[in-house]
Amino acid sequence: MTDPTELIRLQKVSRYFGGITALKDVDFSCSAGTVHGILGENGAGKSTLIKILSGVLSPSEGQVVVDGKPVRYRSPTEAAADGIVCIFQELSLIPDLSVAENIFIDQPPRRFGLIDAAAQRRMAESVLARIKCEDVDPDARVRDLSLSRRQMVEIAKAISKNPRVLILDEATSALTSRDVQTVYDLLAELTADKVASLFISHRMQEVDALCDRLSVFRNGRHIQSFNKGDLRESEIVRLMIGRDIEAQYPHKPAPNTGQNTGQNTASTEALRVCDLRWESALKGVDLTIRRGEILGLGGLDGQGQKELLLALFGVLKGVRGRVELNGAPFVPASPAMCKSAAMALVPEDRKTEGLMLSLSIADNLLLPNYRAVSRGALIDPTLAAREIESAIAKLQIKTASADASVETLSGGNQQKVVIAKWLALNPEVILLNDPTRGIDVGTKQEIYTLIRDLASSGKAILLYSTDYAELIGCCDRVSVLYDGQVVSELHGRELTEEALVAAALNLQTEEAAC
Amino acid sequence: MLSRLASAIGRNWGFTGALLLFAALFIGYHMLHPRGFSTAVFIQNANESVVIGFLAMAQTVPVLMRGLDLSVGAVMTLTNTIASHVVTGTPVQMIGGMVLTLVAGTGFGLMNGLIVVYGRIQPIIATLATGAVASGMALLIRPSPGGDISSDLNWALTNAIFDFAETLGFAEGGNAAWLQPIANIPVPLVIMFVFGICVWVPFKRTVTGRTVYAVGSAEGAAYMSGLPVSRAKIAAFTLAGYFAGCAGLYLAIQTSSGNADINQAGAYTLNSIAAVVLGGTSLLGGVGGAIGSLIGAGILRTISFYFRILSIDPLMQSLIEGLVLLAAVSIGALRTFRVKNTLELFR
Repeated sequence: MTDPTELIRLQKVSRYFGGITALKDVDFSCSAGTVHGILGENGAGKSTLIKILSGVLSPSEGQVVVDGKPVRYRSPTEAAADGIVCIFQELSLIPDLSVAENIFIDQPPRRFGLIDAAAQRRMAESVLARIKCEDVDPDARVRDLSLSRRQMVEIAKAISKNPRVLILDEATSALTSRDVQTVYDLLAELTADKVASLFISHRMQEVDALCDRLSVFRNGRHIQSFNKGDLRESEIVRLMIGRDIEAQYPHKPAPNTGQNTGQNTASTEALRVCDLRWESALKGVDLTIRRGEILGLGGLDGQGQKELLLALFGVLKGVRGRVELNGAPFVPASPAMCKSAAMALVPEDRKTEGLMLSLSIADNLLLPNYRAVSRGALIDPTLAAREIESAIAKLQIKTASADASVETLSGGNQQKVVIAKWLALNPEVILLNDPTRGIDVGTKQEIYTLIRDLASSGKAILLYSTDYAELIGCCDRVSVLYDGQVVSELHGRELTEEALVAAALNLQTEEAAC
Repeated sequence: MLSRLASAIGRNWGFTGALLLFAALFIGYHMLHPRGFSTAVFIQNANESVVIGFLAMAQTVPVLMRGLDLSVGAVMTLTNTIASHVVTGTPVQMIGGMVLTLVAGTGFGLMNGLIVVYGRIQPIIATLATGAVASGMALLIRPSPGGDISSDLNWALTNAIFDFAETLGFAEGGNAAWLQPIANIPVPLVIMFVFGICVWVPFKRTVTGRTVYAVGSAEGAAYMSGLPVSRAKIAAFTLAGYFAGCAGLYLAIQTSSGNADINQAGAYTLNSIAAVVLGGTSLLGGVGGAIGSLIGAGILRTISFYFRILSIDPLMQSLIEGLVLLAAVSIGALRTFRVKNTLELFR
């Protein structure tokens, strides 16, 4: 019954953390020359599964079998020696070392026992060329690269080890669409070379496009494995969450096309941005957000969207242009000032910019908002407890106790804490930088609903997302940025995937000419 | 090629700045000196810079790994007292004594590393404790200053290469034609090069050396990349012990004696940190190197030389050194004004 192409088999594997069961009795196998998709919500046990396969964790019970022999890896190095290589979602690069040094970090080319820097540079160049990243200088420090470039370096590092099993854990979530295509091509190439790939992604289309075989996990258990095409998307989603999802996105209100003529349109404007410029990233951005509206920021990655959000929140220095908040001129000079002007930013990297990971959920929720729960100079424990309780209930943060550190939460719940801490301040303008990156489908949907509810209650929301489906499903209007400028604004029926892609590539002019 | 050099300077602005400051101070010193540039003054100054130079290198390795070694001064004092007992007798015995001294320093560093890694104690507190232990041992070994290290050895190692050859009686007593181009180079600089730089540069190019940088930059990522994290930590402290041993040995030869001077040990430890920072190594780890720290040590020493030729009250020295350190670090901080994304200031 053993399949000759089978590379890895898990038999009755369980893993416990203290009293918590992360994996329970998992039987799972993957074969050479296939791309195997792993699906499941956050907390379904996918990360634990990967960590066991790649040697970061050992199973509490059960057996890992590689090439028909039972193994017990004690470190990622031992797994890599067997050809099992993982591209981690949490980047494993060293920021102060160069790209070349990072790619060959544990197996550098050596001469006379010492690292041969020249050979290392040449080899790095060839690996980078293989993944079409010739623009990355092998001598550049990783710290100076953008997130998407770093992710590509991470991929270069993995393929330089000539893996037999390549595990991609949300490896494409930070990539630009061009790089995603490169990764697809690379995977096809590796599959032809009899490499087994395990592909973990929250983007259904990706999984659909790439994988030959799919496995669904839920609550630490392996629910079902099946070949691509055996089940419909809605059936797969049902397997993942164990219930039906009616509609992924909340219902949008009818677009306000100026029927309320009696209302002064200027008074509904929450934020107006005119000719905003900063360094070479922003080249004159114009946009307006009305109260009760979700405005999307679209476009390819790195066209100035992140800088725009940072500029509006007072993080960037030397910003030129005009910003009006509720019709009055406003100069965002610092995050503290923007906060007191009832603005909020949910930042790009929740782990470093959004949360104090080692502090408790309660502390994180109260941090921007101590004044509201204080009497005089002292924090009122009763008020604080009430505030925390209501925040946890409102966002359905799944935790046993508010005193647990934020680190113990899953990614989706961590993001909820970031959003909740700002909501306590009752902001009027909410800036969101890719709030659903690396979050499971169920939590994503909760966040979409939350964003829509906020808009309905009169908040103005600016949402940047790299996921086009999300922009289409969530936003009333989408402004597409290209090279630091708004090149197109789509709303209503114009808001389609085709139109977004065309605008992102700045193909709009041709259409206009027709 | 030129653009590669330019970008390398851009990545190492701390080192470049230190080099420029040192060059300016050094040239200014010799221009102000009543006798101008002279070999005798250069040799004397080189002699006085070796000990702090080695200690700065010693401090660099743990700092790169994002730790501090508060024991380097005390290890220097300990090895100084050991050397004052064992570096005597016949030439062979003296060499044996030197090796023993260096082994003692290296061993002490190894112990520091083992305590930090397997005792899971933070470097700063572990070395605070072991530094006190080293000071105590030094006092036991030499309760009062003394020791008789051969004056020939002192002469040979604290002068020019010519004197070294003459004392040891090779290269025709120092007069051989091939020796002449290098005859005036101070022996202390040669020692610095052979026992310091020639150990550091290859170390930096090993996987262990690179792991030291990686641990200082992002320890979790280093572990996940399968790097030998524990080995690198132990190696960093061991190397610090070795360099501190070199400093103690040279101090013994230079002064022909040993002295368990606890105040001096503390002052040297703090100066080693100052030299590391002046040399462009980040206290946050991951950035910098031991060559920069040598230059940092050179800056500190050159400042003190100014006091001799400018007849400033020596009581002012500590004050001035502190101000220069503050100024140098402030120049480094100036770059924060250029940062356009204020979020980067907090990374």
